Amino acid sequence: MRYLSDVAALARKDLLLELRAKETIPAMLLFVLSALTIFHFAIPRGSSDVAALGLLWVAIVFTSLLGLTRAFVPEREQGLMDALIMAPCDRSTIWLAKTLSVIAFLGVAEVVALPAFTLFFSGLNLKTVAAVVLADIGIASVGTLTGAMAVAGNARELIQPLLFLPLSIPVIVGGIGASATAGPKFLLFLALYDAVFVLLSWAAFDFVAAEA
Amino acid sequence: MVSARNLSKRYDTRRIFDKVDIDLDEGGFLLVTGPNGAGKTTLLRVLAGLAAPTSGELVLPVRGEIGYLGHEPLVYKQLTPRENLTLFGRLYRVPDREQRIKALLERFALWDVRDKAVATFSRGMQQRLGLGRVLLHEPKLLILDEPFNALDTAGAALLDEELATRSRRAVVVATHDPGRVEGLATERLAFT
Amino acid sequence: MSEKLAIRLPALVGLATALIALAIVAVFFWAPSDADQGLSQRIFYFHVPIALTGYACFGWGAWKALRLLWKDDPDADLESYVAIHQGVIFGSLTLITGSIWAKISWGVWWVWSDDQLVLFLVLFLFYCAYFMLRYSVDPGPQRANLSAVYALFGVVLIPVSFLAIRLSHSFIHPVVFTRNGAQMTGTMFATFCICLAAMLVLFITLYQLELAGKRLDSRIRELKELLS
Ligand SMILES: Nc1ncnc2c1ncn2[C@@H]1O[C@H](COP(=O)(O)OP(=O)(O)OP(=O)(O)O)[C@@H](O)[C@H]1O
Ligand SMILES: [Mg+2]
Repeated sequence: MRYLSDVAALARKDLLLELRAKETIPAMLLFVLSALTIFHFAIPRGSSDVAALGLLWVAIVFTSLLGLTRAFVPEREQGLMDALIMAPCDRSTIWLAKTLSVIAFLGVAEVVALPAFTLFFSGLNLKTVAAVVLADIGIASVGTLTGAMAVAGNARELIQPLLFLPLSIPVIVGGIGASATAGPKFLLFLALYDAVFVLLSWAAFDFVAAEA
Repeated sequence: MVSARNLSKRYDTRRIFDKVDIDLDEGGFLLVTGPNGAGKTTLLRVLAGLAAPTSGELVLPVRGEIGYLGHEPLVYKQLTPRENLTLFGRLYRVPDREQRIKALLERFALWDVRDKAVATFSRGMQQRLGLGRVLLHEPKLLILDEPFNALDTAGAALLDEELATRSRRAVVVATHDPGRVEGLATERLAFT
Repeated sequence: MSEKLAIRLPALVGLATALIALAIVAVFFWAPSDADQGLSQRIFYFHVPIALTGYACFGWGAWKALRLLWKDDPDADLESYVAIHQGVIFGSLTLITGSIWAKISWGVWWVWSDDQLVLFLVLFLFYCAYFMLRYSVDPGPQRANLSAVYALFGVVLIPVSFLAIRLSHSFIHPVVFTRNGAQMTGTMFATFCICLAAMLVLFITLYQLELAGKRLDSRIRELKELLS
């Protein structure tokens, strides 16, 4: 119960920060729409719908990267991670709250991006939407953890994509597989990815946040 | 409350401090002095549980009973004083949160700007808010790194008053103006 | 400790050299030629053991990482780093030998249908990021923690990626390449085992050598610091 109220307090703070700054969500929206527009020119006539679906997944991963790179900027700029980790709450609440806010931002971007995709390219089946939801969970969990690692170093945001992209390859495979093939195999794979990496990130955050 | 034996901290191979012993009980006041780059901040961060000592034994109060004010006021600049204190009040489970926040903001003369973003504050106002943040949960161990920084006469007087009341807590202060708190100190640690 | 090491290291180097010599002899003079690929197929005896040793390096690095986080073992950080460093070297060799083997088997330098090769590409990218992370943080307990966490993510990523690559065949690769699936004969299997042993001992030797070098280096820097 305490755990959840701590998460709520921290997540409220993250949403409030975004509400004040109004930076991340508009940037993600504009980015994903620009990406889809570019993809129109990147797919030659005669390409299959699957190629367009593939690019949709690329757009989702890179848009999420935009949000993830910003995730710990407020904490980093003012050394606030110190203040947060000294609080008597479980440190994983910081990770969970951040992950939830990233999922929320990503969700907003996708609410615009998915209809735009059907408008520009081809229709989407329900399975793709389910895969997007599952992928968001995995992307946000892993990306929030690597984001916290990235801001701890001197290279800052620069290495966030390097840390995150190799870990996102299974998500891309699961997503495109779910969009392009029949059967629940790939949705199960995404669920497995989420289960494994949510647990791992949740357990590992304590070590990432603090040295003592 | 704090007990350190043979405490050492190194960055890579560089020794910042070596074999420091500290014993601090309730009512104790440790004054840390030394020139720039001597290792005061590093020691205070170790005592706050933010940095791990390289070697030595260290016993500290549990997390949540420590209040640490560093060189930065450690508040969210995009949020208002009230939102900042509400967040930390929740995380520290402060009883009667609203009243306590109001009392602190009034005491540090920030009540009138309670709903303005901290980013618009002067350095001294931010320092006052930082003090409010560490005092909010009535820590048993209060660690202040150059707390008089940027404070005006009135703000410094408020802090003097706060430091003079030492029942139920121990205080560690690092400062370049030791004369100011000289009378309060029960322990001294001078870095060279 | 250093005394024991002084005896062990030369012995290890000797053993590694002998095993590698034996492996080369076995591969080129003892193992039978492959029916349709001839002499050049023998790169298999290097490629597969190198890849397996690569996994062993990453696994050992992750084990040490776990020791660091779990048991606060102070030596584990350097050990984990050195194991992963060796892993990246063996991983690069896997990519090179795999590429050569692909050229021999199918006439192209790179194939996406060889699961192990693709996996090593992913791992190569992942562990290069590990080095970027490590070099972006100042030495100390925090760097040790971050490196260890990322190393643990690596060993979890290995099976997950492997599964992903397997599954991806259902929507990419219309053309399926297959390698000659002939059963290994007894001699072939023995040769393979010698090669695997040689590579594992080579890893252990390089691991101990690099570890000894790094420890000596930090000892010297410590002494310098004391003197100054
Ligand atoms: N992350 C770090 N890595 C390496 N060296 C560091 C690091 N942080 C601090 N140092 C070094 O440790 C020494 C002590 O720094 P510290 O900040 O504790 O000094 P200080 O006494 O607080 O100085 P000041 O009076 O200027 O606040 C400095 O020489 C600094 O260069
Ligand atoms: Mg200082």
